[in-house]
Amino acid sequence: MKRTSLALLLITTLCFSFACERRGSGTNATDGGGEIVIGYYGDLTGRTASFGVSTKNGVEMAADEINKAGGIMGRKVRVIVEDDQGEPNKAATVVSKLVNQDKVAAVLGEVASSNSLAAAPKAQEAKIPMISPSSTNPNVTQVGDFIFRVCFIDPFQGDVMAKFAANNLKAKRAAILYDFNADYSRGLREFFTRSFKGLGGQIVAEQSYTQGDRDFSGQLTQIRAANPDVIYVPGYYGEVGVISNQSKQLGIKAPLLGGDGWDSPQLWELGGASLNGNYISNHYSVDDPSPAIQKFVADYKSRYSILPDALAALGYDSMRVLADAITRAGGTDGTKLRDAIAQTKNFAGVTGSISIDKDRNAVKPAVVLKLQDSKFVYDTTIYPEGMTPPASSAASPPAPGYASPAAATSPATGAPAPPPPTKAASPSPSNR
Amino acid sequence: MDTFVQQLINGLNVGAIYALIALGYTMVYGILRLINFAHGDVYMVGAFAGFYIALYAGFAAGASLGTLILVLLGAMIIAAVVGMIIERFAYRPVRKYSRMTTLIMAIGVSLLIENLFVAQIGATPRAFPDFLGSQSQAPYRLFGNAAISKAQIVIFLVSIALMLLLQWIVFKTKVGTAMRAVSFNLNSAKLMGINTDAIISLTFAIGSALAAAGGVLTAQYNPNIDPLMGILTGLKAFVAAVLGGIGNIPGAVLGGLLIGAAETLVVGYGHHIGIASTYRDAVAFAILILVLLLRPSGLLGSTVQEKV
Repeated sequence: MKRTSLALLLITTLCFSFACERRGSGTNATDGGGEIVIGYYGDLTGRTASFGVSTKNGVEMAADEINKAGGIMGRKVRVIVEDDQGEPNKAATVVSKLVNQDKVAAVLGEVASSNSLAAAPKAQEAKIPMISPSSTNPNVTQVGDFIFRVCFIDPFQGDVMAKFAANNLKAKRAAILYDFNADYSRGLREFFTRSFKGLGGQIVAEQSYTQGDRDFSGQLTQIRAANPDVIYVPGYYGEVGVISNQSKQLGIKAPLLGGDGWDSPQLWELGGASLNGNYISNHYSVDDPSPAIQKFVADYKSRYSILPDALAALGYDSMRVLADAITRAGGTDGTKLRDAIAQTKNFAGVTGSISIDKDRNAVKPAVVLKLQDSKFVYDTTIYPEGMTPPASSAASPPAPGYASPAAATSPATGAPAPPPPTKAASPSPSNR
Repeated sequence: MDTFVQQLINGLNVGAIYALIALGYTMVYGILRLINFAHGDVYMVGAFAGFYIALYAGFAAGASLGTLILVLLGAMIIAAVVGMIIERFAYRPVRKYSRMTTLIMAIGVSLLIENLFVAQIGATPRAFPDFLGSQSQAPYRLFGNAAISKAQIVIFLVSIALMLLLQWIVFKTKVGTAMRAVSFNLNSAKLMGINTDAIISLTFAIGSALAAAGGVLTAQYNPNIDPLMGILTGLKAFVAAVLGGIGNIPGAVLGGLLIGAAETLVVGYGHHIGIASTYRDAVAFAILILVLLLRPSGLLGSTVQEKV
C-alpha cells in the first residue's frame, strides 16, 4: 500500500515534467497566405533564465506591435517559444523541433554563445535563418550563411573594456577571472588581453572558474596578492554577483570590469552594495535620451513593469530586423529571407543603427555603464574603428508601420560600416 | 605568507560547511550502514527553508545576527522534519530488504527532491538575504593582507558550536547512549528495550538539521542558492565522511576541513605543481579514490572487522 502511493507520487511527478515539455507543440506553419510563424528559444528556467526571459519579453513585445500595425504584409506573426534550460544539447534539440516540426520561417535566439553554437547547425542544415539577439562570440555566425546576429561581437567588446580600463581608468595592471567553460567568457578574456597589452598594460594574474561554482575566494585571494588596478570578470550574472560579494569580503578595492553577461536584475540581488563602482560594457543604456529609446523603455515598462535590460532591447531589435527582412524578401522562403537579412543596412534599432556586415554580424557602438546603487549609470560610448559618433544619438525614432520597409531601411550601400546620419561628426572621446 | 593564511581561512571556511553535512552522512551510516544520498538535497532544502522564512517573515529588512539565528533555527527544524519524513516513508519500508535496495532508494529520493524543486520554483538561482551586512563591510584585517569577514567568523563560530552540541548529545545524554547502542548492534539494542525506530528517526532529524545549518550559513558567504546546489556539495561532503572514516563523528569534521583546505589550496597553488584551478572539484574525488585504495577505513575509522 505504502509503495503504491510512492509509485503514484513518482508517476505524477513524471507526468508533470512531460506536460511542461509538450506545451507549444503540435502546430504547423503554412507558407503562403497564413500567419508567419517564428521560433524563439532561450533559457527560461535554467541558470541564466533572466537572459531568456528578458529576450522573450522583447521579442513578444515587438511581435505584438507588428501585429497591431497590421502584421507583415498583412500576415500576422506568431512566436513559438521553447525553453532550452540553458543547456547546449537541449538548445540543439529545441531548434531541431522548431525547424523540422513547427516549420518556422526563422529562429530567434540564444543569448549564451555556447547555446547558440550548439543550436545554429540545426538551423543551418534546415536552411532556416537564425538571428541571435545577443550571442557575442565570433564563432556563432561562422557556423554558416544562415546564422546572423544583431549585436556586436566579442573582439570589439573585449577591446572596449581594455580601452576603457587603460584610457579612462588609467589602469596599468589588470587581473582576469573568467568562466572556463563558457565560449563567451573565454573569448572576451582573449580579446581583452590582446587589446590591453597593445595599449601598454600588463596582465598580472589570471584565474578561472566554472559555471555553478559557489566559492571564488581561492581565486580572488591569488588575484589580490598580484595587486591589480582592475579585475576583468567577463562572466554571467549568477556567478559575478557572488564574485563581487566575495571580493569585498576579502577587502579587494580594485573595480571589477565586465561585459553584457552581467546585465540582469538578479545581479543586484546577489551582489548588493558590493557592486558599486564596477563597470560593464553593454549594448545600450536605458538613460539614453533619444526619443526612440525612451519610447521603447516606457512601453516595455508599462507592459512588464520592469526596466528593459539590454537583452530585452536586443530581443526587440532582432524581431524587428527579421520583420523588416521578411517584408523585403516578399515572403518566408529561407534563401530569399537569408539574403534580405544579409542586406540589412542602417536599420534604426533601439540598440543603435544596425548594419549586417559580410560576416553576418552587426556593427554597432558599445556603451560603458557604471554600477551604482542598483542601477547601471551611463558613463561613455565607445565606437568601432571607422565608425564616427553622431552629433546626437545614433537611433532615430522607430519607423511607423512595417508594411513600408523603405521607411525603416535606407538603401545606403558602399562602406562596410557607414556612419549613421550625422550633422557634425565630432571625434570620438575615447576611441583611437 | 598572508596569501597562504588567507587561502587557509578560505579553505577551512568551505570545509566547515562540508563538515556539517558530512556529520549527517556519517551518523546515518553509523546506525544503518546506509549512504543517504538524499542528504545533499536536504542541505539544499535547508537553504531554501531559510530563504522562504526570511522572505515571508520579512526578516530581510531588519537583518542582523539575531534574525540570522532565528532563520537558522527555523530552517534546521524544517529540515529535521523533512529528514524524518524521508526516513519514515522511503527508507523504513525497505530497511528489511538488501542494502542495495536502500541505496537505490536513496538515489531515487535525491532525484525526486531535486526535480520537485526544479518543477516548482525553477532552476534559477535565488539570492539569499545578507543578514550580516558583509556585502558592504570591509573585512577584519589580521596581518598583512590576510583578513576575515564577518560571515566567515559567524560560519566558524556557529559550526563549532553545533559540533560541540552534537558531541555532547552523542556522549553525554541518554538519547546519545541509545544512538551508540543502535549503531553497535540494532537487534541487541532492540532487546535492551530501546525504541530503535525512534532513535533512527532522531538520527535523521539531527543530521538533517546540521545540513540545513550548513545551507543557511554558506548562503551568508555565497548568497546564490538553487535546487541543484546540493549535488556537488553533498558528494564532496560524502567524500569528507569517507576520508575521516565513515561512521566516525570527529572523522567527519576532520575530513570536511581537509577537503575544504585541499580544494582552496589547489586553486591557490595548484599551478606550481601543474594542476589548474579548474581541477578543484576533481581533487575531492581523487582523494576519495586514494583513500579507498590506501586506507579504506579512513583517517580515524576503526580497522576492527565487523562481526555479522
